[in-house]
Amino acid sequence: MRTNIAVVRFPGSNCDLDAVQALRMIKGVNADLLWHEERSISDYDAVVLPGGFSFGDYLRGGAIAAKSPAMERVSKVASSGRPVLGICNGFQVLIEAGLLPGALLRNTSLRFVCRWVSVRVENTHTSFTRGLRKGQRLRLPIAHNEGRFYASPSILNRLKDEGQAVFRYCDEHGRVSDAANPTGTIDNIAGVCNREGNVMGLMPHPERASEPILSPDGSADGALLFESLIGWLNC
Amino acid sequence: MLTQETRLGLTSAETSAVRDLLGREPNDLEWAIIDAEWSEHSSYKSSKALLRLFPTTGKRVVLGPGYDAGVVDVGGGYVATLHIESHNHPSAVDPYGGASTGIGGVLRDIISAGSRPIALLDILRFGDPEKSGHSRWLFRNVVRGIADYGNCVGIPTVAGDIEFDESFEKNCLVDVACIGIAKRGSITLGEAKHPGDVLMLVGGSTGRDGVGGAAFASKNLAKGPESDRTSVQVPDPFTKKLLLESLLEASRTGLIRAMKDLGGGGLSTCLSEVASKGGTGVDVELTRVLAREPGMTATEIMTSESQERMLLMLDSSGADPVVRILDKYEVQHSVIGKVTPTGAMVLRWNGEIVADLPAKVVAEAPLIPRESRRPSSIPQAISPTGASDVEDSLLTLLSSPNISSRRWVYEQYDHEVGLRTILKPGAADASLLRLPNGSMLAVKADGNSLQSSLDPRAGAAGCVSEACRNVIALGAEPIAMVDHLQFGDPSDPDVYWTFKESVEGIADYCRKLPVPVVGGKVSFYNEDASSKRAIKPSPIAMVVGLMPATDRPVRSALHGAGEQILILGETRPELGGSEFARRVLKKAGGAVPVPDASSDSRTFKVVRRLVRSGAASAVHDSSRGGLSVALAEMAIQGGTGLKVDIAKVPGENLSTIDALFSESHGRFAVTVGSRPKADEILGRSRVPYSYVGKTGGRAIQFAAGNRAVSKIGLDEAKDAWENTVPRLMQ
Repeated sequence: MRTNIAVVRFPGSNCDLDAVQALRMIKGVNADLLWHEERSISDYDAVVLPGGFSFGDYLRGGAIAAKSPAMERVSKVASSGRPVLGICNGFQVLIEAGLLPGALLRNTSLRFVCRWVSVRVENTHTSFTRGLRKGQRLRLPIAHNEGRFYASPSILNRLKDEGQAVFRYCDEHGRVSDAANPTGTIDNIAGVCNREGNVMGLMPHPERASEPILSPDGSADGALLFESLIGWLNC
Repeated sequence: MLTQETRLGLTSAETSAVRDLLGREPNDLEWAIIDAEWSEHSSYKSSKALLRLFPTTGKRVVLGPGYDAGVVDVGGGYVATLHIESHNHPSAVDPYGGASTGIGGVLRDIISAGSRPIALLDILRFGDPEKSGHSRWLFRNVVRGIADYGNCVGIPTVAGDIEFDESFEKNCLVDVACIGIAKRGSITLGEAKHPGDVLMLVGGSTGRDGVGGAAFASKNLAKGPESDRTSVQVPDPFTKKLLLESLLEASRTGLIRAMKDLGGGGLSTCLSEVASKGGTGVDVELTRVLAREPGMTATEIMTSESQERMLLMLDSSGADPVVRILDKYEVQHSVIGKVTPTGAMVLRWNGEIVADLPAKVVAEAPLIPRESRRPSSIPQAISPTGASDVEDSLLTLLSSPNISSRRWVYEQYDHEVGLRTILKPGAADASLLRLPNGSMLAVKADGNSLQSSLDPRAGAAGCVSEACRNVIALGAEPIAMVDHLQFGDPSDPDVYWTFKESVEGIADYCRKLPVPVVGGKVSFYNEDASSKRAIKPSPIAMVVGLMPATDRPVRSALHGAGEQILILGETRPELGGSEFARRVLKKAGGAVPVPDASSDSRTFKVVRRLVRSGAASAVHDSSRGGLSVALAEMAIQGGTGLKVDIAKVPGENLSTIDALFSESHGRFAVTVGSRPKADEILGRSRVPYSYVGKTGGRAIQFAAGNRAVSKIGLDEAKDAWENTVPRLMQ
């Protein structure tokens, strides 16, 4: 049985083709690129919102896409329990649409940062991390200007209690530290999920880390997230 | 309003030529059109004759200079398209907007060739960042402009080159090169060949921004640059992204016969060139051009350089499918006229003819023969030697803004989007891209204005040699190059001499190596009108190299301890124009490194064999700072020290300083795990080489025979090399 995954292309998305390419390398996946106006988005087994600058990111990253009709369809997928993954700008869209908690602010450096980093897996009970080990270190690249996760103390405590902070930036030994935090994000948070664990957003780009040839050290850790997703859908 | 002001750019000889060619007095609109197209920026009237010296053919060349982009065959039915542009004048007055719109321009050239842009390179020149806050301001905002624009349109910025020199204080250089990829059959040329075809203008609306930009770029910067700020276009990467995706989708319909971007000179240049190249004419209704604001005159519409616009030539039967695609992306479009067989460029305003000019007359400005004279001010040979402390010198060089790590810059660029970037900035001498046919393309751009100012011929050839070396160091074969030649006022014989020498130097080197020139750009008038100071001559070369899918590229970082270090190529006492002379001796002058294409060609073959055979574990070319800097960079990047005996460096009668800091071309530092395989390759070659030391330890050590010369701890060297730019830009 093939798993059907929709990659939604907003005007200004630019990691859309990359996401499709990375997903299609996973066995048993049919990944389609869907223009944001297409109604069939809600018919898919899972939805990926790719990176980029949807609608130019005028106003705020993801703010305009969050109000588009496409997000009503994505919400339907999410509330039915099917997986929804937001990568980079897709993460911003999910937060702006209220499907994930918190906010994403400009990096403390006030500069765009494109760099390979390490993240630690903190929760293996989501649709995207069930095949991973708690504490496992993944090598993934980031590339963004507005990726500094922020949440009020009460929300942050809840996120921690519920295990919703799925990924945290760490050093090469897996230690979470200020030195390993590339953007000033609170508590080194790189990705969060909803309470149910079927909606997740992260700033790093797993699609760019899905082939050994594209990573500086021959790893392909991004593919592990997609494989987890397929495993979850097929179980 | 349209009086003398509009034809200020034309000389009196040119205005008479216009009257002679037309046999009548043109009206004001016609003057404005001719003024835009006959500007140096659009017509190449001072450079065209010399540029014919370049070798432009080769087994992989599909299309050479003269079109929007050069096209080279990369195998498997695919071609790569290459183009380079600059946005120097706009960036000098508005660094953020100028740098952004420069990317917009070069992307349109790649798209109009029918190819998808897959990589950008940026070549930047600024004044001294240690002394000048203005230069730091330009640097910071140019980088931010490139980042915001390139990142948003989703084209990775994968490589570049940065040089700082006080001659760029008022006139920074912002060059951007782009590489595209396409199936061979889908390449389109910017020619209107078919009378009856529909002319459709798509993309951004036409506004008053950038009016007269080509003329602006064809003069020296005036005293108060702020007054020129309205000549800079407004960047809009989001519209560009939609334009790009919609045109790539539309070109798959097969209904687009040709595309031409609107750049310098706007509609004037675009319309006259497509008609002239296609041997046709055009008939255009100007009121159908979508104007951004009411009340725009015909002249403003014809000379506006508003961004994100493209002219399509469509088969008259089939505009509808193209329109549907443009509508989906909400890209504006308007049919503005048609191609005619007449050879005339006819412009109408509500049906009434307001301009009627032979397209060829507009598109082909008379060439201007320029005088050239060797400037007496070029510093004569001096001997830049003298005792200096090697450790201090090496640290001074590693922390030079011209040598230190560019991480602060390239981390602001998304260099990975597109899933093609195999070797990323900082990992090797060039960046390496994956192509759809499985092959890999190595890309790098280089220039050295200091050496070009002392010996423009050697300096210009040297930047081609250096860019080739960077591509070779990965193991790729150089297959084509594009150049960008940037100088002061061409009517100054001293300036023109440096231009002529540079062209001849490049032509000669490329012919001998050989590597074909498939495109390029000339930018004159990089002068500050108040001080009358021109920039140092600044030729730039971007080289692309091809590598088969089965090859494994090598990086520049050392691979660990216990490996042999090999130096290839001859070192000569060529400290003139070196970073050592500039920064340590603080002397200009001396014998500039002269590249030798035939010995380079032999060395390049050996390096490729060493890489392909697996004998080489790391390769780094020697360029700025010489061998000492090349070796130190390999050690810093690899986190492993090394010990080298400089008495063994190939060359005759070399002083310690020559061996460490001379910038002779054609040299590589290579590490070798096991010698037999390397020795077999080296033994069969005529290339000078020598094993000079071993990797290992925690220091960068140089000795001359038994005499210790210098020892610098890895951490100290790393701090000097990595933190210079971040400290300056805090």
